[in-house]
Amino acid sequence: MDWIDFATPKTVSEAVELLASKGDRARLLAGGTDLLVQLRGGRRSVDLVVDAKQIPELNELSYSAQNGLVIGAAVPCYRIYADNAIATAYPGLMDAATLIGGIQIQGRATLGGNLCNAAPSGDSIPPIIALGGVAHIAGSNGSRQVAAEDFCTGPGRNVLQDGEMLVSINFPTPVAHSGASYLRFIPRNEMDIAVAGVGTSVVLDASGQNFVSARISLASVAPTPVFAKDAGESLAGKPVSEATIQEASEKAIAAATPISDMRGTIRQRNHLVGVLTRRTLNIAVERARGG
Amino acid sequence: MVANIVLSEVEYTHIGKRPVRPDGVDKVIGRAQYGPDITLKGLLHGKVLRSPYAHARIKSIDTSQAEAYPGVRAVITAQDLPFASLSKEELGAGYQALKFASDHVLAGGKVLFKGHPVAAVAAANPHVAEEAAKLIKVEYEELPPVMSVVEAMAEGATLLHDDLYTSSLGETSQTASNVAAHARYEKGDVAQGFDEAAVVVEREFQTASVHQGYIEPHNGTAFWSADGQLDVWCSTQGAFTVRSSLANVLRHPVSKIKVTPMEMGGGFGGKISIYLEPLAALLSKKSGQPVKLVMNRVEVFEASGPASGSWMKVKMGATTDGKLTACQAELALDAGAYPGSPAMSAAMCAFACYDYPNGLLDAYDVVVNKPKTQAYRAPGSPQAAYAVESVVDELCEKLGIDPVEFRLRNASKEGTRRIEGPVYRRIGLVECLEAARSHDHYQTAVDFQPNGKLRGRGVASGFWFNRGFVSSCNLTVNPDGTVSVVMGSVDLCGTRASIAQQTAEALGIAYEDIKPSIADTDSIGYTFITGGSRTTFATGLATINASQDIKQRMVERAAAIWEAPVEDVEYVDGVIQHKSDSELRMTFKELAGRTLTTGGSITAQCNIDPPGEGNSFAVHVVDVEVDQDTGKVDILRYTAIQDCGKAVHPSYVEGQMQGGAAQGIGWALNEEYFFNGQGQMTNSSFLDYRMPISLDLPMIDTVIVEVANPGHPYGVRGVGETPIVPPLAAIANAVYQATGVRMQSLPITPGKVLDALWSQNGS
Repeated sequence: MDWIDFATPKTVSEAVELLASKGDRARLLAGGTDLLVQLRGGRRSVDLVVDAKQIPELNELSYSAQNGLVIGAAVPCYRIYADNAIATAYPGLMDAATLIGGIQIQGRATLGGNLCNAAPSGDSIPPIIALGGVAHIAGSNGSRQVAAEDFCTGPGRNVLQDGEMLVSINFPTPVAHSGASYLRFIPRNEMDIAVAGVGTSVVLDASGQNFVSARISLASVAPTPVFAKDAGESLAGKPVSEATIQEASEKAIAAATPISDMRGTIRQRNHLVGVLTRRTLNIAVERARGG
Repeated sequence: MVANIVLSEVEYTHIGKRPVRPDGVDKVIGRAQYGPDITLKGLLHGKVLRSPYAHARIKSIDTSQAEAYPGVRAVITAQDLPFASLSKEELGAGYQALKFASDHVLAGGKVLFKGHPVAAVAAANPHVAEEAAKLIKVEYEELPPVMSVVEAMAEGATLLHDDLYTSSLGETSQTASNVAAHARYEKGDVAQGFDEAAVVVEREFQTASVHQGYIEPHNGTAFWSADGQLDVWCSTQGAFTVRSSLANVLRHPVSKIKVTPMEMGGGFGGKISIYLEPLAALLSKKSGQPVKLVMNRVEVFEASGPASGSWMKVKMGATTDGKLTACQAELALDAGAYPGSPAMSAAMCAFACYDYPNGLLDAYDVVVNKPKTQAYRAPGSPQAAYAVESVVDELCEKLGIDPVEFRLRNASKEGTRRIEGPVYRRIGLVECLEAARSHDHYQTAVDFQPNGKLRGRGVASGFWFNRGFVSSCNLTVNPDGTVSVVMGSVDLCGTRASIAQQTAEALGIAYEDIKPSIADTDSIGYTFITGGSRTTFATGLATINASQDIKQRMVERAAAIWEAPVEDVEYVDGVIQHKSDSELRMTFKELAGRTLTTGGSITAQCNIDPPGEGNSFAVHVVDVEVDQDTGKVDILRYTAIQDCGKAVHPSYVEGQMQGGAAQGIGWALNEEYFFNGQGQMTNSSFLDYRMPISLDLPMIDTVIVEVANPGHPYGVRGVGETPIVPPLAAIANAVYQATGVRMQSLPITPGKVLDALWSQNGS
């Protein structure tokens, strides 16, 4: 019979040591909504599970105008959306935090886990990328920071080396006249995996009529979440209009490289990237205008 | 909300009320014992090794490593089934049936679907069993899978069974085939009928395999004692069916098998066949200890009995004033790996809502490399109705006739003869159609494009036979005046309540004084499954008949106590009284209290195989909204109208109507077995097998139309199956009205809707 060891370190260094001791046979556990399912289903096997929930840094949730937002890797979704200040400042992130799984799942699931799981369909990853999130990583060889768009390297794979762990995801404070949004398409109305998802963030000028900058990120249309850099940059300095939004959506489609599978076809997914890019940009603009 | 329509004229005391269910407390507080809850001394846990291939020949199985694994107590393969040691000569005409039944339990020469059981292990705990199962070495020779009826029926198709021949119209084919049976139903002359038609519509349709989706997975626990007594505990719709199925594949006498049906976590037709029970029995026989097996969700999807996928062609003709002249259909329903799809049932139901002069139906039962299909709520009828009601909708459009009006002009009614022979007694289709037409839903115009999205309305009708079959009840008057009702019918959905209500009505005593319970196969007469929408009707009749005996025996007992002639004593509304001497009078409770000292308990039993089941018809109306950018269909409003006969417990009847509609909505929009190129199901979880969740369903309004069934003293008809028949077509018709696209393949997924919209506008 296979036995799995379970450890509950109290500090980052203790956790790093444990993870390093088992290399790729060790895995960090936050909410467990992916890891436990994978272990039960035989899709992953490990010798050691390291619980992240006893480590203070991984449970930090803080927001201030000076330091921005810090979301510890073990902070479950419900804590994020239950915090009024955070929910008000980052509505685009709330779009994802409130739709992952159902209420029960949101009581356990974490954005950190969602990012580390690196599923192409991870619902929180496009808004994390669109909002300029940065992964703070600790490891045997010290700490480092990786931009969210560089974090996922393949389906279920990320930049973490053996003995490294995600400590937190940090976000800059939203600037004036900015807004963000995430939408996914699923055939049902809840509890489903995105056929395609799009997260966008925009900064408008004081008039609210022109884009200063924008970031667009896509889910479920490539082996990893996609940062559609060109699509966002195409909006910089342009007026908010149906034409500019349409152009951005076409550039977003160009950044997508979907496959056909049981959840959707290539044509359908490309089409949905266009639809959702337009819809999320319109919502982000509304929010940036204070709507 | 529109009130139910009561056309039955009798006033009842208990029938038609909505009392609390007798099993409610147990289920609410978690005390109810479901199959997997069972614990026995020395219990072992089993695990099944299943085929990873949809179609392959088994070249060898090596169980030695698993047997040697610490904690393993028994390992079995098909060689442990009696069939392996019986010759073709010994079995004679029964050879093929036993071969199919045995191979389905544990694959012999070939595996015929992914998930097909190949071996099983019993061990001290489930984890050891799981590890040991992985150590069994099976060598396969892969064969090409045959995944649809169209492929399976094609010239030169790969054969699943080299000894399966087509039984067609009384003849058996000369060469082996994937078509197990072909049946034909015919009346009049369809060619002439189509000549007389002003409008003829002919269309082809396909539907995907779908699963019943019950919450509780299959389970089976068995103890095979050294003296040959086999005790089995399982979740089943029919304990006696499990007993006879086990007796067959295990070649063990029914007298040595006792099956105890546990509380049910849903069946919908899918919990009739045996799966784990014979494996648990063989593992127990080999190990000498009781063995429990429980499926996980993947196993439930891959290796229990989904509903048939289908290919259908329907052709219908009508005159300019909307009278049907001819109805023709070819219906091929897949059976999964072994024969037995409900193709014939589909054919009999297809045009059952219509009175038409000329008809021709051809039905095909076809084997494919999918799990063997089983019943799913009105088996065959939803697929057939999807095709027929879609064509009817197109006829209505071409003729410019309102779809409810068209159905009224052609509706089956008392005296209409169905194509397979039976003549309808009193039925309520016309009353349902009239209720639909006058309903607020139908009277409220569709707001076609209120928000840029597209909206439409669809209507469809549906039929199910309802069944009678054998039921047994034992009634005992307890000294405190309550009555125990012991029955063989498993309670899927309110049986205890509906049987208690009918008993209370028959005896004229309080509902709360009836104690219903469900017995094992040693403790009650043979009772057919809870299924076929038969139980409230047939087991109800059994308890009503037994209640008449109870009343007679109460009268006899009172007469003996009063030393009066029996004919001078009568039973009126729960009171036993002398006809002329008003002093001589006892309530049911008073006499019950004296039974033990005046001759002993009063009991009665009834075993019945009643004729007179009443057919049930439904009409559903649905409004949908289609997001033309994403292809997503949302249900805005849904109304289910059904002739249920007298509704014994209207809340449970409404629940059946809503539940059937909900499952039909899933079948129509998103549910399907998704197979890869190797015939392997890739969506065997509730995440990707998309049943509707609460947010996908609107409030489903119900209107019960009560046209009393003349075949039952209280007018009861079966209810549970008809409501899944109309939704598929009703939704497809609504999507058509919204988009102008006829969806001829289920499910109507967003991707398919987008494709259809793109084809329509030429992009």
